[in-house]
Formats: sequence, structure tokens, C-alpha cells
Amino acid sequence: MEYFVQQLINGLTLGAIYGLIAIGYTMVYGIIGMINFAHGEVFMIGAFISLICVMVLGMFGLTWVPLALLVTLIVTMALTAVYGWTLERIAYRPLRGSPRLAALITAIGMSIFLQNYVQLLQGARVKPLQPLISGGFEIMRREGFVVSLSYLQLFIWILTLVLMTIFTLIITRTALGRAQRACEQDMGMASLLGINVDRTISLTFVMGAALAAVAGLIFLINYGVIDFYIGFLAGIKAFTAAVLGGIGSLPGAMLGGLLIGLIEAFWSGYFTVEYKDVASFSILVLVLIFRPTGLLGKPDIEKV
Amino acid sequence: MKKLTAVIIGLMAAGFWSVSGARAEINIAVAGPMTGQYATFGEQMKNGAEMAVKDINAAGGVLGQKLRLFIEDDACDPKQAVAVANKEASEGVVFVAGHFCSGSSIPASQVYEEEGIVQISPASTNPKLTDEGGWNVFRVCGRDDQQGKVAGDYLADHFANKKIAILHDKTAYGKGLADETKAELNARGITEAMYEAYTAGEKDYSALVSKLKGAGIDVIYLGGYHTEGGLIIRQAAEQGYKPQLVSGDALVTEEFWKITGDTGQGTLMTFSPDPRKNADAAPVVERFRAENIEPEGYTLYTYGAIQAWKQAVEKVGGTDPKKVAKALHDTEFDTVLGKFSFDKKGDVTAPGYVFYVWKDGAYDYVQ
Repeated sequence: MEYFVQQLINGLTLGAIYGLIAIGYTMVYGIIGMINFAHGEVFMIGAFISLICVMVLGMFGLTWVPLALLVTLIVTMALTAVYGWTLERIAYRPLRGSPRLAALITAIGMSIFLQNYVQLLQGARVKPLQPLISGGFEIMRREGFVVSLSYLQLFIWILTLVLMTIFTLIITRTALGRAQRACEQDMGMASLLGINVDRTISLTFVMGAALAAVAGLIFLINYGVIDFYIGFLAGIKAFTAAVLGGIGSLPGAMLGGLLIGLIEAFWSGYFTVEYKDVASFSILVLVLIFRPTGLLGKPDIEKV
Repeated sequence: MKKLTAVIIGLMAAGFWSVSGARAEINIAVAGPMTGQYATFGEQMKNGAEMAVKDINAAGGVLGQKLRLFIEDDACDPKQAVAVANKEASEGVVFVAGHFCSGSSIPASQVYEEEGIVQISPASTNPKLTDEGGWNVFRVCGRDDQQGKVAGDYLADHFANKKIAILHDKTAYGKGLADETKAELNARGITEAMYEAYTAGEKDYSALVSKLKGAGIDVIYLGGYHTEGGLIIRQAAEQGYKPQLVSGDALVTEEFWKITGDTGQGTLMTFSPDPRKNADAAPVVERFRAENIEPEGYTLYTYGAIQAWKQAVEKVGGTDPKKVAKALHDTEFDTVLGKFSFDKKGDVTAPGYVFYVWKDGAYDYVQ
């Protein structure tokens, strides 16, 4: 039982990170039907901006952790959002209306570009950061096995929950959210009704990038080691999460992220660590066989 | 007529080739992970090689010819290592100090054998490198069967009544070392409590750490590199769990401490005797420090490998690879690593492995 709870805590933390990245994939797919493969790299850039920001704040003597984290969070979200916006403006908007394959290849190209850009600018070595938040609660204890929940993990859960709530409210209650849903259903009709489609799509990229930036910050403070390559692996996992949850569905992305995190943790915990990726991808395949639209995805009805 | 033209062109090409081969510079290379997550070791090798070439050229070069150093990046990727080896061959390189990862050195050594390039690895410890390698393969570091034996004996002597877990990262180096250690440990009548493999390059090892914690593991023996080792020990501390980490020679970089911070305190590792403590190496160590480079880990091993090759070339009086290889087998060399020679396989006959402990950001011999 204690062991189960500990692996549950591990899985939820990892899943929160995957989920936050997965939302970026799913939102973009929902609106323009394109997989933005450069999204993992946006997450990586978010992690690097956070690291630079923490370092700069440290240089100015701002070492009170809650304030430093808040400032870093805001700066990182803002700067990474600029990357997201630029990416859409430069690489994807000129290709709107061209075959899907062109946009897909561009996305892969941007992914490689951003990876190499960070590698050249920041060097290829891993960048470590000493723990900012340490300590935690001891939830349960039996026969020497202590179930620990660190303050950091609690912080990650709360942050994820708050952000998810805010973003759900934006999508369901605001004019922007309405515009996004309208574009998702029928872009041509939406523009006829006076919705600025280009602006809506840009804002979608901005929102996705901001969430990826949060994931980057969480990744940085949780694991303390980043390099230019982290975006690739995390991006693939998050993309899987988005597909598992049903691509295009916001709650689905979060659910998929949590599921992938939990599958990895429990498979490592009860079977062998070696085969955890095999396990999560096998489950993805099984889900797609029985529910081709993913867990929460709506079936795509072809209009005749 | 056509045939004759082809022969003439062929002869001319051959003529040009030999002319270009006889220029007044000798091309050598250092190959290792200059980028990627093991780039810190590539940098050690690059520093060692650059200093060695600089010192040799300042003292008049080899047989009156200057050395020209090519720095090649294999990113610890076996495929890229082969590509790099072919590139070196096309550059007319006659000697390579490299590679770092055993998984790169082994496939690259086959290219070097075909192309007639002498290879001395400063760092690749997998036994297969020299056991299955050709006439051209040497190494100045130890072998994992020696290292695993030392590690296995140490574990059996000091942690006989503890629960020991053996982990590896599935690479040629990591798995090779873990299996050698396991074999020695089992031969001493101790069975490990857990044997697991993880994937290198990931950052989340919390599930693995909880598993170790749940099984009540006291000692982790890790066949792998410093990034993963550092992350595992750091994430263990975050879960309020403090196992003893014991690992191999891939932890000899300050970057390990940057990742772990104080949680790395007391980590044990095996490595060859530290050449920085060698009296003969003192002037070279001074020169490194004057340039703000700490010659840790494999820096001096790379320096020593180039010195050994230079001494062999001077003995032969030329860079003919077969003759140089023969000289490498039968000469005793005097280098920054002390005096050593190579055995029939190309392994070094220097003293093997000793235990080090990490303390306050630096590693030193276990007292």
C-alpha cells in the first residue's frame, strides 16, 4: 500500500508535466489540424529561459524562493509565448491552406532548427541547478519505508491544477475561447461571422507555448538538470499523451498525460524499468485499436 | 586506348596521393563526445590532446615534423563514430587518441584497422575492444573485467550483509561493467537483491528510486555515466532515501558534483590511480592549471596516449602504422601516466583500479 502510494505520487508528478505539454499539441491540432512537432522544443526553450531567469535573479540577490519562482514563472511564460507566436508567424502562417504534409515537414524542420539553435547558443553540456525547494511531508511509514511527498511535488500539482482551471475557463467562458471553438468547428464560417481567424490561431500558439513554459520551469526545478535534447523525449511522450487522451480534447490531453505518467511509474515499480516505454506505447496501441479517437476524443464526422 | 588512359590517370592520382601524404605535417586526431550529454569527457580529451600536441610541437615535433590535431565529435553514438572514423581516414590521419564510449570505440576500431590507423583509447574500458580488436588497437585505461573485479571484491568486503542492487544503462560500457561486477560478487557467494536496467538520457528516475527504496536497498552499484548516477542519487535524497552509491570510472568529472550537490557526498567509484599525483606529471599539471584547466579524469590519459604514440614513432623512425603498432607492443614508455607498456592484446600493464570517494566537490582516494 505504502509503495503503491509512493509510485502514485511519482506518476502524478511526471504526468502533470506531460499533460501540460500535451495541451499545446492538442490545442493546435484542434484548430488547424496540424501536429506541431516543434512544441517539445518550445518546452525545452521554456526550461532554458527559466534557468537563465533564476540565475539572473540570483545575481541581483533575489533569493527568497517564492518571489523568485513567481517572477521566473511570469518572465518564462511571457518570453516562451513570444517564441510560440514567432514560430506560428514565420513558419506556419505562410503555409496555411497548403497541403498538410508541408506544414508537418515545416514543424519537424523548426524542431531541428530550435534544437540546434539552443545547442549552439548554450553549449551541449548538461546545465545543472541546485535544488530550490527541498524538504517535504512524511505521509505514511511502515517497516522503514517512508512515503514522502516533497513540497516541490505539492507545488507542481497545485500549479498544474490552477493553470488547468484558468485555461478551461478561458476556453469555455471568454470571447477568445468562443472564437477558438468556432475556428475549430469551421474556420471559413467563423471568419465570415467576423472572427479574426489569424489572431485566434496566433493566440492559441501563445497559450500552448505559455503552458509548455510552465512545464519547462517545473521540469527544471524538479529534476535540476536540463540540456538541449530534453524537448525531443518529452515532446514524443506528450504527443503520445495527447493522442491517448483524444487529440483535440483539452481534458483528454491532461488525462492522457497523467495516464502515461502513471503507467510509467507503476510499470517501473511492479515490473522492470527497462520495458516501461514498451508498456506505455503498447497501451497506446491497444487504446487506439478499440477507440481510434482516443479516450475523450470526439469521432470525426465527415460531412457529405 | 581507353584502358591506357585510365591506367595513366590512375597512376597520376596515386602519385598525387603520395605527394600529399609526404607533406611536412603529421595528422593525428582526438575523437570523443564533443557534444551531447557526455561532452564533459570529450572536453577532457580535447584539453589533454591539445596540450600534448602543443608541448610536442614546442619541443620540435615528431621526427622533425609538426603534429596537426583534428578534433572529431562522435557524440558517443556508434553510428556517428563510424562516420567520424571514415572522415579521419580521408583526412590522412595516422593516429587516433579515442574514442571515449566503448560503444563508439569498438565499431570505429574496425574502420581504423581497415584504413591502417593506430588507435589508443584513453577511456574505453569494455574488454571486447582489445579482445576482439585488431593489431591497431591499444588503450591506456584499464579493462572492465579488472574494474568489475575490484568493485565486486570491495562490495563483498565492505557490504556483505547489506542489500545490494546492480543497475546499468544498457550501453556497452554500463552493462559490461555491471555484469563483470555482478559476476565477481556472485563468485564471492553474494547475490544481489535487485538487477535492473534504465534508459540513459532520461531525467525522471523517481519510479526507479521508489523501487529501490521499497526493496530496502542499502547499496547501489551503478554501471553507467555521471548524469544518470547523479540524478538517481539526487532524486533518492528528495524522497528521503540515502543509499550508498558505488560506481565506475564514468563519474570522474566535476559535473557529477554539480548535479548532485551535497547529496553526492560519500559516493564511491573505481578509477585508475590519479596521474595528477604522479611526480613526473607535475610540470604538465602546472601548465594545465596555468591555463585554468583542471586536468581531471581522462585529460592526462589522453596526453599520455599521445606521448606513447610519439615515442613509438621515434623508435621506428616513421609513421608506418604496422611498424608503430609493433613498437607500441614492445616498448616501455615514459609518460605523464608513469612508466608502462602494452601487452599482446594492446592492454596497458599499469596498476589497475583503486577506489575513490567524492567529498565536498572533489574526489580522492578512499583512506
